[in-house]
Amino acid sequence: MSPVDLPAGVGSGRTDAAPLLRVRGLKKSFGSNRVLESVDLAVGPGRVLALIGPSGSGKTTILRCLNGLELPDGGTIEVAAAASADADTGQGRGSTSTAVVVDFAAKTSPKQLAALRDRSAMVFQLYNLFPHKTVLQNVIEGPVVVQRRPLAEVTAEALALLERVGLTNKRDSYPFELSGGQQQRVGIVRALALRPQLLLFDEPTSALDPELVGDVLRLIKELADEGWSMVIVTHELEFAREVAHEIAFVDGGTIVEHGDPKQLLRHPQQERTRQFLYRLLNPF
Amino acid sequence: MIQPDWELFVNSLWPLLDGAVRGTIPLALASFAIGLVLALVLALMRLSSKRALAAIARGYISIVRGTPLLVQLFVIFYGLPSIGVLIDPWPSAIVAFSVNVGGYAAEVIRAAILSVPKGQWEAAYMIGMSRNRALTRIILPQAARVSVPPLSNTFISLVKDTSLASLILVTELFREAQQIAAFSQKFMLLYLEAALIYWVICLILSTGQGFLEKRLDRYVAR
Repeated sequence: MSPVDLPAGVGSGRTDAAPLLRVRGLKKSFGSNRVLESVDLAVGPGRVLALIGPSGSGKTTILRCLNGLELPDGGTIEVAAAASADADTGQGRGSTSTAVVVDFAAKTSPKQLAALRDRSAMVFQLYNLFPHKTVLQNVIEGPVVVQRRPLAEVTAEALALLERVGLTNKRDSYPFELSGGQQQRVGIVRALALRPQLLLFDEPTSALDPELVGDVLRLIKELADEGWSMVIVTHELEFAREVAHEIAFVDGGTIVEHGDPKQLLRHPQQERTRQFLYRLLNPF
Repeated sequence: MIQPDWELFVNSLWPLLDGAVRGTIPLALASFAIGLVLALVLALMRLSSKRALAAIARGYISIVRGTPLLVQLFVIFYGLPSIGVLIDPWPSAIVAFSVNVGGYAAEVIRAAILSVPKGQWEAAYMIGMSRNRALTRIILPQAARVSVPPLSNTFISLVKDTSLASLILVTELFREAQQIAAFSQKFMLLYLEAALIYWVICLILSTGQGFLEKRLDRYVAR
Protein backbone atom coordinates (compact mmCIF):
# COMPACT_ATOMS: atom_id res chain seq x y z
CA MET A 1 0.00 0.00 0.00
CA SER A 2 2.31 2.73 -1.18
CA PRO A 3 0.91 6.19 -1.66
CA VAL A 4 0.38 7.22 -5.22
CA ASP A 5 2.91 9.56 -6.70
CA LEU A 6 2.06 13.17 -5.85
CA PRO A 7 4.59 15.12 -7.89
CA ALA A 8 3.32 18.63 -7.33
CA GLY A 9 0.22 18.12 -5.31
CA VAL A 10 -3.46 18.18 -5.99
CA GLY A 11 -4.56 20.00 -9.08
CA SER A 12 -1.33 19.74 -10.97
CA GLY A 13 -2.57 17.01 -13.24
CA ARG A 14 -5.45 18.75 -14.86
CA THR A 15 -4.76 22.46 -14.80
CA ASP A 16 -2.48 24.59 -16.89
CA ALA A 17 0.93 25.79 -15.83
CA ALA A 18 -0.33 28.70 -13.71
CA PRO A 19 -2.76 27.68 -11.00
CA LEU A 20 -4.72 30.35 -9.22
CA LEU A 21 -3.95 28.89 -5.83
CA ARG A 22 -0.94 26.85 -4.91
CA VAL A 23 -0.27 25.43 -1.48
CA ARG A 24 2.98 23.73 -0.61
CA GLY A 25 3.96 21.85 2.53
CA LEU A 26 1.25 23.38 4.71
CA LYS A 27 1.74 22.40 8.37
CA LYS A 28 -0.34 23.18 11.40
CA SER A 29 -0.36 21.99 15.00
CA PHE A 30 -2.61 22.94 17.86
CA GLY A 31 -0.32 22.47 20.84
CA SER A 32 1.06 18.96 20.53
CA ASN A 33 -1.74 17.92 18.21
CA ARG A 34 -0.57 17.83 14.60
CA VAL A 35 -3.56 18.70 12.47
CA LEU A 36 -1.86 19.18 9.12
CA GLU A 37 1.21 17.11 8.30
CA SER A 38 2.20 18.54 4.96
CA VAL A 39 -0.47 19.52 2.51
CA ASP A 40 0.14 20.33 -1.14
CA LEU A 41 -2.64 21.39 -3.43
CA ALA A 42 -3.42 23.63 -6.35
CA VAL A 43 -6.56 25.04 -7.87
CA GLY A 44 -6.63 26.32 -11.41
CA PRO A 45 -8.66 29.34 -12.48
CA GLY A 46 -12.33 28.49 -12.82
CA ARG A 47 -11.89 25.14 -11.20
CA VAL A 48 -13.53 23.52 -8.21
CA LEU A 49 -11.72 21.39 -5.67
CA ALA A 50 -13.76 19.41 -3.14
CA LEU A 51 -12.14 18.26 0.10
CA ILE A 52 -13.74 15.21 1.65
CA GLY A 53 -12.71 13.15 4.64
CA PRO A 54 -13.69 12.14 8.15
CA SER A 55 -14.29 14.66 10.94
CA GLY A 56 -11.04 15.85 12.43
CA SER A 57 -9.09 14.94 9.31
CA GLY A 58 -7.93 18.54 8.86
CA LYS A 59 -9.96 19.52 5.81
CA THR A 60 -11.62 22.48 7.51
CA THR A 61 -8.24 23.56 8.89
CA ILE A 62 -6.85 23.61 5.35
CA LEU A 63 -9.69 25.89 4.30
CA ARG A 64 -9.22 28.16 7.31
CA CYS A 65 -5.51 28.47 6.57
CA LEU A 66 -6.35 29.62 3.04
CA ASN A 67 -8.38 32.49 4.50
CA GLY A 68 -5.86 33.33 7.19
CA LEU A 69 -8.23 32.35 9.99
CA GLU A 70 -5.60 29.89 11.14
CA LEU A 71 -1.92 30.67 11.05
CA PRO A 72 -0.04 27.68 9.64
CA ASP A 73 3.28 26.71 11.22
CA GLY A 74 4.95 26.14 7.89
CA GLY A 75 4.48 25.92 4.17
CA THR A 76 3.58 28.45 1.52
CA ILE A 77 0.33 29.69 0.07
CA GLU A 78 0.40 31.44 -3.28
CA VAL A 79 -2.45 33.20 -5.00
CA ALA A 80 -1.75 34.23 -8.57
CA ALA A 81 -2.23 37.76 -9.83
CA ALA A 82 -5.76 38.53 -10.86
CA ALA A 83 -5.97 38.36 -14.64
CA SER A 84 -7.24 41.62 -16.07
CA ALA A 85 -9.95 39.75 -17.91
CA ASP A 86 -11.39 38.79 -14.53
CA ALA A 87 -12.11 42.38 -13.64
CA ASP A 88 -14.39 42.66 -16.65
CA THR A 89 -16.45 39.68 -15.59
CA GLY A 90 -16.86 41.09 -12.12
CA GLN A 91 -14.37 38.79 -10.48
CA GLY A 92 -11.18 39.74 -8.77
CA ARG A 93 -10.99 42.54 -6.28
CA GLY A 94 -10.58 45.47 -8.61
CA SER A 95 -7.10 46.84 -8.50
CA THR A 96 -5.35 44.09 -6.54
CA SER A 97 -3.55 42.32 -9.29
CA THR A 98 -0.17 41.29 -7.96
CA ALA A 99 0.47 37.76 -6.81
CA VAL A 100 0.39 37.03 -3.11
CA VAL A 101 2.99 34.64 -1.75
CA VAL A 102 3.07 33.90 1.95
CA ASP A 103 5.77 31.73 3.45
CA PHE A 104 4.63 30.62 6.88
CA ALA A 105 8.01 29.27 7.90
CA ALA A 106 9.08 32.89 8.30
CA LYS A 107 7.30 35.27 10.61
CA THR A 108 4.06 36.33 8.96
CA SER A 109 3.08 39.97 9.16
CA PRO A 110 -0.56 40.97 9.61
CA LYS A 111 -0.25 42.76 6.27
CA GLN A 112 0.62 39.55 4.44
CA LEU A 113 -2.26 37.77 6.12
CA ALA A 114 -4.64 40.55 5.15
CA ALA A 115 -3.43 40.40 1.55
CA LEU A 116 -4.05 36.65 1.50
CA ARG A 117 -7.47 37.09 3.05
CA ASP A 118 -8.31 39.72 0.45
CA ARG A 119 -8.12 37.20 -2.36
CA SER A 120 -10.66 34.75 -1.04
CA ALA A 121 -14.06 34.85 0.61
CA MET A 122 -15.46 32.20 2.86
CA VAL A 123 -18.92 30.76 3.36
CA PHE A 124 -19.27 29.35 6.86
CA GLN A 125 -20.98 26.23 8.08
CA LEU A 126 -23.04 28.26 10.57
CA TYR A 127 -23.46 31.19 8.14
CA ASN A 128 -22.02 33.70 10.67
CA LEU A 129 -24.14 36.53 9.36
CA PHE A 130 -23.99 39.70 11.46
CA PRO A 131 -27.20 39.51 13.52
CA HIS A 132 -27.38 43.25 14.19
CA LYS A 133 -27.34 44.12 10.52
CA THR A 134 -30.01 43.67 7.88
CA VAL A 135 -29.48 41.36 4.93
CA LEU A 136 -28.43 44.24 2.70
CA GLN A 137 -26.13 45.69 5.37
CA ASN A 138 -24.52 42.29 5.81
CA VAL A 139 -23.73 42.15 2.11
CA ILE A 140 -22.38 45.70 1.67
CA GLU A 141 -20.40 45.92 4.93
CA GLY A 142 -17.16 44.52 3.49
CA PRO A 143 -17.21 46.26 0.11
CA VAL A 144 -18.17 49.66 1.58
CA VAL A 145 -16.39 49.75 4.94
CA VAL A 146 -13.28 47.71 4.16
CA GLN A 147 -12.82 48.02 0.41
CA ARG A 148 -14.10 51.62 0.40
CA ARG A 149 -16.06 51.22 -2.80
CA PRO A 150 -18.86 53.71 -3.52
CA LEU A 151 -22.05 52.94 -1.60
CA ALA A 152 -24.39 53.40 -4.58
CA GLU A 153 -22.40 51.06 -6.80
CA VAL A 154 -22.05 48.42 -4.09
CA THR A 155 -25.73 48.60 -3.18
CA ALA A 156 -26.79 48.14 -6.79
CA GLU A 157 -24.47 45.16 -7.09
CA ALA A 158 -25.69 43.69 -3.80
CA LEU A 159 -29.33 44.04 -4.81
CA ALA A 160 -28.62 42.33 -8.12
CA LEU A 161 -26.98 39.45 -6.25
CA LEU A 162 -29.88 39.22 -3.80
CA GLU A 163 -32.31 39.19 -6.68
CA ARG A 164 -30.41 36.38 -8.23
CA VAL A 165 -30.81 34.22 -5.11
CA GLY A 166 -34.45 35.22 -4.74
CA LEU A 167 -34.04 37.29 -1.59
CA THR A 168 -34.76 40.81 -2.79
CA ASN A 169 -37.82 41.02 -0.56
CA LYS A 170 -35.65 40.15 2.46
CA ARG A 171 -33.18 42.98 1.96
CA ASP A 172 -34.32 44.78 5.11
CA SER A 173 -34.89 41.67 7.23
CA TYR A 174 -32.58 40.66 10.04
CA PRO A 175 -30.89 37.26 9.84
CA PHE A 176 -33.05 35.78 12.62
CA GLU A 177 -36.09 36.31 10.40
CA LEU A 178 -34.67 34.03 7.71
CA SER A 179 -34.60 30.26 7.39
CA GLY A 180 -31.25 28.50 7.48
CA GLY A 181 -31.26 28.09 3.72
CA GLN A 182 -31.98 31.77 3.21
CA GLN A 183 -29.26 32.74 5.67
CA GLN A 184 -26.75 30.59 3.85
CA ARG A 185 -27.70 32.15 0.51
CA VAL A 186 -27.08 35.56 2.08
CA GLY A 187 -23.75 34.16 3.31
CA ILE A 188 -22.88 33.25 -0.27
CA VAL A 189 -23.98 36.66 -1.57
CA ARG A 190 -21.87 38.35 1.12
CA ALA A 191 -18.87 36.37 -0.12
CA LEU A 192 -19.57 37.17 -3.79
CA ALA A 193 -19.97 40.89 -3.05
CA LEU A 194 -16.33 40.97 -1.93
CA ARG A 195 -15.33 40.09 -5.50
CA PRO A 196 -12.87 37.43 -4.43
CA GLN A 197 -10.71 35.40 -6.75
CA LEU A 198 -11.45 32.27 -4.80
CA LEU A 199 -14.56 31.11 -2.96
CA LEU A 200 -14.13 28.89 0.08
CA PHE A 201 -17.04 26.83 1.36
CA ASP A 202 -16.83 25.19 4.78
CA GLU A 203 -19.48 22.47 4.89
CA PRO A 204 -22.04 24.96 3.58
CA THR A 205 -25.04 22.69 3.98
CA SER A 206 -24.28 20.60 7.03
CA ALA A 207 -26.20 22.88 9.40
CA LEU A 208 -29.27 22.99 7.17
CA ASP A 209 -32.52 21.07 7.39
CA PRO A 210 -32.45 18.37 4.71
CA GLU A 211 -35.19 19.97 2.64
CA LEU A 212 -33.26 23.26 2.47
CA VAL A 213 -29.99 21.76 1.26
CA GLY A 214 -31.03 21.63 -2.39
CA ASP A 215 -31.39 25.38 -2.92
CA VAL A 216 -27.94 26.11 -1.54
CA LEU A 217 -26.25 23.32 -3.48
CA ARG A 218 -27.96 24.42 -6.70
CA LEU A 219 -26.65 27.94 -6.18
CA ILE A 220 -23.10 26.70 -5.61
CA LYS A 221 -23.36 24.56 -8.73
CA GLU A 222 -24.47 27.57 -10.76
CA LEU A 223 -21.52 29.57 -9.50
CA ALA A 224 -19.18 26.74 -10.42
CA ASP A 225 -20.68 26.62 -13.90
CA GLU A 226 -20.08 30.34 -14.23
CA GLY A 227 -16.41 29.80 -13.71
CA TRP A 228 -15.82 30.79 -10.10
CA SER A 229 -12.79 29.11 -8.58
CA MET A 230 -13.70 27.27 -5.41
CA VAL A 231 -12.52 25.04 -2.64
CA ILE A 232 -15.40 23.20 -0.98
CA VAL A 233 -15.26 21.16 2.19
CA THR A 234 -18.27 18.89 2.09
CA HIS A 235 -19.82 15.66 3.22
CA GLU A 236 -22.20 15.60 0.25
CA LEU A 237 -20.45 13.10 -2.03
CA GLU A 238 -23.15 13.26 -4.69
CA PHE A 239 -22.75 17.01 -4.81
CA ALA A 240 -18.96 16.84 -4.83
CA ARG A 241 -19.06 14.49 -7.80
CA GLU A 242 -21.51 16.77 -9.59
CA VAL A 243 -19.77 20.10 -9.02
CA ALA A 244 -16.08 19.46 -8.48
CA HIS A 245 -13.41 19.11 -11.12
CA GLU A 246 -11.30 17.32 -8.61
CA ILE A 247 -11.79 15.64 -5.25
CA ALA A 248 -9.13 15.29 -2.58
CA PHE A 249 -9.57 12.82 0.25
CA VAL A 250 -8.06 14.21 3.44
CA ASP A 251 -7.23 12.03 6.42
CA GLY A 252 -4.78 12.38 9.28
CA GLY A 253 -3.72 15.84 8.17
CA THR A 254 -2.58 14.84 4.70
CA ILE A 255 -4.13 14.45 1.31
CA VAL A 256 -4.30 10.70 1.01
CA GLU A 257 -5.50 10.62 -2.56
CA HIS A 258 -6.89 12.99 -5.13
CA GLY A 259 -8.16 12.92 -8.64
CA ASP A 260 -11.11 12.98 -10.96
CA PRO A 261 -14.34 12.86 -8.91
CA LYS A 262 -15.95 9.92 -10.68
CA GLN A 263 -12.71 8.00 -10.71
CA LEU A 264 -11.94 8.65 -7.05
CA LEU A 265 -15.41 7.91 -5.76
CA ARG A 266 -15.86 4.76 -7.82
CA HIS A 267 -12.34 3.35 -7.80
CA PRO A 268 -10.43 4.72 -4.83
CA GLN A 269 -6.80 3.64 -4.90
CA GLN A 270 -6.11 3.86 -1.21
CA GLU A 271 -7.40 1.56 1.48
CA ARG A 272 -8.27 4.48 3.79
CA THR A 273 -10.31 6.15 1.07
CA ARG A 274 -12.13 2.90 0.42
CA GLN A 275 -12.98 2.49 4.10
CA PHE A 276 -14.20 6.06 4.38
CA LEU A 277 -16.41 5.83 1.31
CA TYR A 278 -17.73 2.46 2.37
CA ARG A 279 -18.75 3.77 5.79
CA LEU A 280 -20.35 6.86 4.27
CA LEU A 281 -22.32 4.93 1.71
CA ASN A 282 -23.32 2.12 4.07
CA PRO A 283 -24.10 3.76 7.39
CA PHE A 284 -26.00 0.75 8.75
CA MET B 1 -50.41 59.21 66.84
CA ILE B 2 -47.89 61.05 64.75
CA GLN B 3 -49.44 63.45 62.31
CA PRO B 4 -47.42 63.81 59.12
CA ASP B 5 -46.52 67.40 58.58
CA TRP B 6 -47.77 67.79 55.01
CA GLU B 7 -46.80 71.40 54.83
CA LEU B 8 -43.17 70.56 55.62
CA PHE B 9 -43.33 67.70 53.13
CA VAL B 10 -44.46 69.99 50.33
CA ASN B 11 -42.08 72.76 51.31
CA SER B 12 -39.12 70.35 51.35
CA LEU B 13 -39.97 68.88 48.00
CA TRP B 14 -38.42 71.75 46.09
CA PRO B 15 -35.03 71.78 47.84
CA LEU B 16 -34.81 68.00 47.64
CA LEU B 17 -35.64 67.95 43.92
CA ASP B 18 -33.17 70.77 43.44
CA GLY B 19 -30.55 68.61 45.15
CA ALA B 20 -31.43 65.74 42.82
CA VAL B 21 -31.33 67.83 39.66
CA ARG B 22 -28.19 69.76 40.52
CA GLY B 23 -26.39 67.12 42.56
CA THR B 24 -27.46 63.52 42.35
CA ILE B 25 -28.32 63.28 38.65
CA PRO B 26 -25.35 65.12 37.11
CA LEU B 27 -23.03 63.36 39.53
CA ALA B 28 -24.39 59.97 38.48
CA LEU B 29 -24.40 60.79 34.76
CA ALA B 30 -20.88 62.19 34.69
CA SER B 31 -19.44 59.37 36.78
CA PHE B 32 -21.21 56.73 34.72
CA ALA B 33 -20.00 58.18 31.42
CA ILE B 34 -16.40 58.41 32.58
CA GLY B 35 -16.67 55.04 34.31
CA LEU B 36 -17.90 53.35 31.14
CA VAL B 37 -14.99 54.63 29.08
CA LEU B 38 -12.63 53.45 31.80
CA ALA B 39 -14.43 50.11 31.93
CA LEU B 40 -14.11 49.57 28.18
CA VAL B 41 -10.38 50.25 28.35
CA LEU B 42 -10.01 47.90 31.33
CA ALA B 43 -12.08 45.18 29.65
CA LEU B 44 -9.92 45.34 26.52
CA MET B 45 -6.78 45.25 28.67
CA ARG B 46 -8.15 42.19 30.46
CA LEU B 47 -8.75 40.51 27.09
CA SER B 48 -5.39 41.57 25.69
CA SER B 49 -2.80 38.93 24.95
CA LYS B 50 -0.20 41.20 26.55
CA ARG B 51 0.12 39.79 30.03
CA ALA B 52 1.27 42.99 31.72
CA LEU B 53 -1.79 44.88 30.51
CA ALA B 54 -4.10 42.11 31.61
CA ALA B 55 -2.43 41.96 35.02
CA ILE B 56 -2.75 45.71 35.58
CA ALA B 57 -6.44 45.58 34.73
CA ARG B 58 -6.97 42.55 36.95
CA GLY B 59 -5.27 44.29 39.87
CA TYR B 60 -7.32 47.43 39.40
CA ILE B 61 -10.60 45.54 39.25
CA SER B 62 -9.67 43.48 42.29
CA ILE B 63 -8.87 46.54 44.40
CA VAL B 64 -11.97 48.47 43.35
CA ARG B 65 -14.29 45.58 43.95
CA GLY B 66 -12.57 44.51 47.12
CA THR B 67 -12.80 47.82 48.98
CA PRO B 68 -15.87 49.79 50.12
CA LEU B 69 -16.96 52.72 48.02
CA LEU B 70 -17.11 54.87 51.15
CA VAL B 71 -13.47 54.10 51.89
CA GLN B 72 -12.49 54.97 48.30
CA LEU B 73 -14.35 58.25 48.62
CA PHE B 74 -12.66 59.10 51.93
CA VAL B 75 -9.21 58.18 50.69
CA ILE B 76 -9.61 60.58 47.79
CA PHE B 77 -11.21 63.47 49.68
CA TYR B 78 -9.76 63.22 53.20
CA GLY B 79 -6.69 61.06 52.58
CA LEU B 80 -5.03 62.63 49.57
CA PRO B 81 -4.66 66.11 51.15
CA SER B 82 -2.21 64.62 53.67
CA ILE B 83 0.15 63.89 50.78
CA GLY B 84 -0.48 67.30 49.33
CA VAL B 85 -3.21 66.47 46.83
CA LEU B 86 -6.24 68.65 47.49
CA ILE B 87 -9.34 67.98 45.43
CA ASP B 88 -12.66 69.79 45.78
CA PRO B 89 -15.76 67.84 46.86
CA TRP B 90 -17.35 67.62 43.42
CA PRO B 91 -14.30 66.41 41.48
CA SER B 92 -13.47 64.06 44.35
CA ALA B 93 -16.89 62.50 44.13
CA ILE B 94 -16.74 62.17 40.36
CA VAL B 95 -13.29 60.58 40.52
CA ALA B 96 -14.34 58.12 43.21
CA PHE B 97 -17.57 57.09 41.52
CA SER B 98 -15.95 56.82 38.07
CA VAL B 99 -13.14 54.68 39.42
CA ASN B 100 -15.71 52.48 41.12
CA VAL B 101 -18.02 52.13 38.12
CA GLY B 102 -15.00 51.43 35.94
CA GLY B 103 -14.07 48.44 38.05
CA TYR B 104 -17.53 46.91 38.10
CA ALA B 105 -18.54 47.68 34.53
CA ALA B 106 -15.23 46.35 33.19
CA GLU B 107 -16.24 42.83 34.16
CA VAL B 108 -19.68 43.30 32.63
CA ILE B 109 -18.22 44.51 29.34
CA ARG B 110 -15.58 41.81 29.28
CA ALA B 111 -18.22 39.13 29.75
CA ALA B 112 -20.40 40.72 27.08
CA ILE B 113 -17.54 40.77 24.57
CA LEU B 114 -16.79 37.12 25.33
CA SER B 115 -20.45 36.23 24.86
CA VAL B 116 -20.32 37.17 21.17
CA PRO B 117 -19.71 33.94 19.22
CA LYS B 118 -16.22 33.40 17.80
CA GLY B 119 -17.78 33.05 14.35
CA GLN B 120 -18.59 36.76 14.41
CA TRP B 121 -14.89 37.63 14.72
CA GLU B 122 -14.12 35.19 11.92
CA ALA B 123 -16.78 36.60 9.62
CA ALA B 124 -15.47 40.10 10.32
CA TYR B 125 -11.90 39.04 9.53
CA MET B 126 -13.17 37.19 6.46
CA ILE B 127 -14.62 40.37 4.95
CA GLY B 128 -11.24 41.99 5.51
CA MET B 129 -11.67 43.84 8.78
CA SER B 130 -8.81 44.58 11.14
CA ARG B 131 -9.16 43.64 14.79
CA ASN B 132 -10.14 47.17 15.83
CA ARG B 133 -12.71 47.53 13.12
CA ALA B 134 -14.19 44.12 13.87
CA LEU B 135 -14.44 45.18 17.50
CA THR B 136 -16.16 48.49 16.89
CA ARG B 137 -18.46 47.52 14.03
CA ILE B 138 -19.30 43.91 14.70
CA ILE B 139 -18.48 42.82 18.25
CA LEU B 140 -19.25 45.83 20.47
CA PRO B 141 -22.73 46.49 19.02
CA GLN B 142 -23.64 42.92 19.85
CA ALA B 143 -21.95 43.08 23.24
CA ALA B 144 -23.88 46.27 24.00
CA ARG B 145 -27.16 44.46 23.74
CA VAL B 146 -26.08 41.80 26.21
CA SER B 147 -24.67 44.30 28.66
CA VAL B 148 -27.69 46.61 28.95
CA PRO B 149 -29.37 44.78 31.86
CA PRO B 150 -26.24 44.43 34.02
CA LEU B 151 -25.03 47.96 33.20
CA SER B 152 -28.48 49.29 34.11
CA ASN B 153 -28.02 47.64 37.48
CA THR B 154 -24.67 49.34 37.84
CA PHE B 155 -26.18 52.70 36.96
CA ILE B 156 -29.12 52.34 39.33
CA SER B 157 -26.76 51.36 42.14
CA LEU B 158 -24.63 54.36 41.30
CA VAL B 159 -27.58 56.76 41.54
CA LYS B 160 -28.23 55.57 45.09
CA ASP B 161 -24.55 55.44 45.99
CA THR B 162 -24.17 59.12 45.15
CA SER B 163 -25.85 59.76 48.52
CA LEU B 164 -22.46 58.91 50.01
CA ALA B 165 -21.16 62.13 48.46
CA SER B 166 -23.07 63.97 51.16
CA LEU B 167 -20.32 62.78 53.51
CA ILE B 168 -17.72 64.75 51.59
CA LEU B 169 -19.86 67.88 51.54
CA VAL B 170 -21.33 67.59 48.05
CA THR B 171 -24.75 69.21 47.97
CA GLU B 172 -27.10 66.63 46.58
CA LEU B 173 -30.46 65.12 47.38
CA PHE B 174 -29.54 63.40 50.61
CA ARG B 175 -27.51 66.26 52.03
CA GLU B 176 -30.47 68.58 51.44
CA ALA B 177 -32.68 66.13 53.34
CA GLN B 178 -30.19 65.93 56.19
CA GLN B 179 -30.02 69.69 56.52
CA ILE B 180 -33.77 70.19 56.55
CA ALA B 181 -34.19 67.28 58.96
CA ALA B 182 -31.64 68.68 61.38
CA PHE B 183 -33.31 72.04 61.28
CA SER B 184 -36.91 70.83 61.63
CA GLN B 185 -36.17 67.74 63.73
CA LYS B 186 -38.53 65.74 61.44
CA PHE B 187 -36.07 63.00 60.62
CA MET B 188 -38.56 60.29 59.66
CA LEU B 189 -40.47 62.53 57.29
CA LEU B 190 -37.43 63.95 55.49
CA TYR B 191 -35.58 60.67 55.11
CA LEU B 192 -38.69 58.93 53.82
CA GLU B 193 -39.22 61.78 51.41
CA ALA B 194 -35.65 61.43 50.18
CA ALA B 195 -36.16 57.69 49.82
CA LEU B 196 -39.30 58.32 47.79
CA ILE B 197 -37.47 60.60 45.36
CA TYR B 198 -34.62 58.09 44.91
CA TRP B 199 -37.23 55.44 44.23
CA VAL B 200 -39.00 57.56 41.61
CA ILE B 201 -35.69 58.30 39.86
CA CYS B 202 -34.88 54.60 39.78
CA LEU B 203 -38.36 53.76 38.47
CA ILE B 204 -37.79 56.14 35.59
CA LEU B 205 -34.41 54.56 34.93
CA SER B 206 -35.89 51.06 34.93
CA THR B 207 -38.44 52.15 32.36
CA GLY B 208 -35.63 53.60 30.28
CA GLN B 209 -33.79 50.29 30.56
CA GLY B 210 -36.90 48.52 29.24
CA PHE B 211 -37.07 50.79 26.20
CA LEU B 212 -33.37 50.38 25.50
CA GLU B 213 -33.57 46.60 25.74
CA LYS B 214 -36.51 46.55 23.40
CA ARG B 215 -34.74 48.70 20.88
CA LEU B 216 -31.55 46.64 20.95
CA ASP B 217 -33.54 43.41 20.78
CA ARG B 218 -35.15 44.24 17.48
CA TYR B 219 -32.73 42.05 15.60
CA VAL B 220 -32.98 39.05 17.89
CA ALA B 221 -35.49 36.24 17.74
CA ARG B 222 -37.98 36.39 20.60
